[in-house]
Amino acid sequence: MAVLLPLRAAPQMDGFSLTSWLANIKWWQIGLLLLIWPVHAFAQGAVTVNDALAVLYKWAPFLVLNGFLFNVLISVLSMALGTGLGVLVGLTLISKWYALRLIGNTGTAFFRNAPWLVLLFVVLLAFPFEFTIFGMRVPFPGWIKAVIGLSLPVAANIAIVVRGAIQSVPSAQWEAAESLSFTRIQTLWQIIIPQCIKRMIPPWMNWYAILTMATPLCSILGTEEMVTLTRQAMEAEGNKPEFLMPFYGFVLVLFFLYCYPIAKLTVRLERKFAVKL
Amino acid sequence: MWSPTQPIVAMKDVKKSYGDFDVLKGISMDIMKGEVVCIIGPSGSGKSTLIRCINALNDIQHGSITVEGQEVHDPGLDKRILRRKVGMVFQQYNLFPHKTALQNIMMAPVKVLKEPRAEVEERARALLKKVRLEGKENSYPGELSGGQQQRVAIARSLAMRPDIMLFDEVTAALDPETVKEVLVTIKELAADGMTCILVTHEMGFAKEVADKVYFTDRGLIVEEGHPSEIFTNPKDPRTKAFLSQIL
Ligand SMILES: Nc1ncnc2c1ncn2[C@@H]1O[C@H](COP(=O)(O)OP(=O)(O)OP(=O)(O)O)[C@@H](O)[C@H]1O
Ligand SMILES: [Mg+2]
Repeated sequence: MAVLLPLRAAPQMDGFSLTSWLANIKWWQIGLLLLIWPVHAFAQGAVTVNDALAVLYKWAPFLVLNGFLFNVLISVLSMALGTGLGVLVGLTLISKWYALRLIGNTGTAFFRNAPWLVLLFVVLLAFPFEFTIFGMRVPFPGWIKAVIGLSLPVAANIAIVVRGAIQSVPSAQWEAAESLSFTRIQTLWQIIIPQCIKRMIPPWMNWYAILTMATPLCSILGTEEMVTLTRQAMEAEGNKPEFLMPFYGFVLVLFFLYCYPIAKLTVRLERKFAVKL
Repeated sequence: MWSPTQPIVAMKDVKKSYGDFDVLKGISMDIMKGEVVCIIGPSGSGKSTLIRCINALNDIQHGSITVEGQEVHDPGLDKRILRRKVGMVFQQYNLFPHKTALQNIMMAPVKVLKEPRAEVEERARALLKKVRLEGKENSYPGELSGGQQQRVAIARSLAMRPDIMLFDEVTAALDPETVKEVLVTIKELAADGMTCILVTHEMGFAKEVADKVYFTDRGLIVEEGHPSEIFTNPKDPRTKAFLSQIL
């Protein structure tokens, strides 16, 4: 049955694909990449590596402070919103009522499988650019829509994480609580969730890393985040093709530096919690 | 109104099935206040199912069960009120692993009965002493032996001040040495006048403490009586076969 072997070895879609891939990157591989990268840029001609790096150096503070930190802000807000929503939806998935479970399951399946970019566009177009509340005009900027748009698929995936964690607690715990007259809500918050919260942390961090990596999608909606600003910076410098590698490479390095420790920690926690309990 | 001269638990023709598999095929029993009742019988005969019907962890399809005169399977009944009167201890202890022994005991009286914490704590400490676990207040279940965990579980149930205690093979998962310490605890409880309904394989224990023994086989009570009759002079061939196997 040797033919079956590659199939079995295929990576499982367990929700840890990004972090386990990231965490598996070795330092020598990163070194090798950094070595190849300037050489490649150099081979392109007219502008030297040093020229390109000097321009990048000039722009770097602006790109980090106005660009990357904005991506981080979007990711943090999206994650917060997505987590709150996700917990609520996760609770519908284990509801006693069939109708609520059905609604929860349908919504979850939809938002987990819809392309993130499409969700972003839908949110962008579905909401006006400003609201009028009590005669006051409140602007509704694109980046907030982006936060909402990104939080939807996150919420759907967190809901699955929450359900999985709750179901991993033996049903005997529910019975013990039930025979002590606890209500369902009390049982959930005071007995079940405290036992499985640890188990939710690694997959939750994994989704945070995925979300962070997805924030450049907002550039397509015109949000002035890292990738948008990088493109603008290159335009300001005359749009030379030689700048492509250093500038986008810089974006890549920043995202990597941010997500790599998260991925490492996720994998470590995942191992730790998998052993305990 | 129920009075202590009437059965505290009364089952009449109770039937239950899972799908088309009949687990209980018409069970009737009357248990008086302060009685200690043991249910014995082969594996799969429906003992757990039977005992779990008493606190409505399982529902039934036919018949009636009353606890202190209250119909257990009345759809209008608040099961939580019933369960305050009926404590239950499980084979696998089922302590809350993220709480200490003391917290395990205090949790339900504080959160469910909303009793003052200080009062509950005093009671919880007294209960730990009663089950001989002084000094283990701050131990987590994972740090206790099976026998110790089971005694914490008993104390946890008692903290709700139930009128009836259900025990479902509470010593079945324990080492022979620790079985004794749990049985001693139950014996003391029985001596204090607690109504106890036990599913057990400990025939020696049943002989010693039970007021009445029920022998179940395939969803029916085949024989019932005082342990001295059942164990020394079983009448039904199924009881005879089971006892000769086990003793
Ligand atoms: N939730 C369930 N769904 C379907 N069948 C069940 C369920 N619970 C119990 N049964 C079946 O009902 C029968 C009686 O089970 P029960 O647990 O009451 O037996 P028992 O007398 O307690 O056995 P043991 O001594 O092994 O604990 C068994 O055949 C069991 O397979
Ligand atoms: Mg059983």
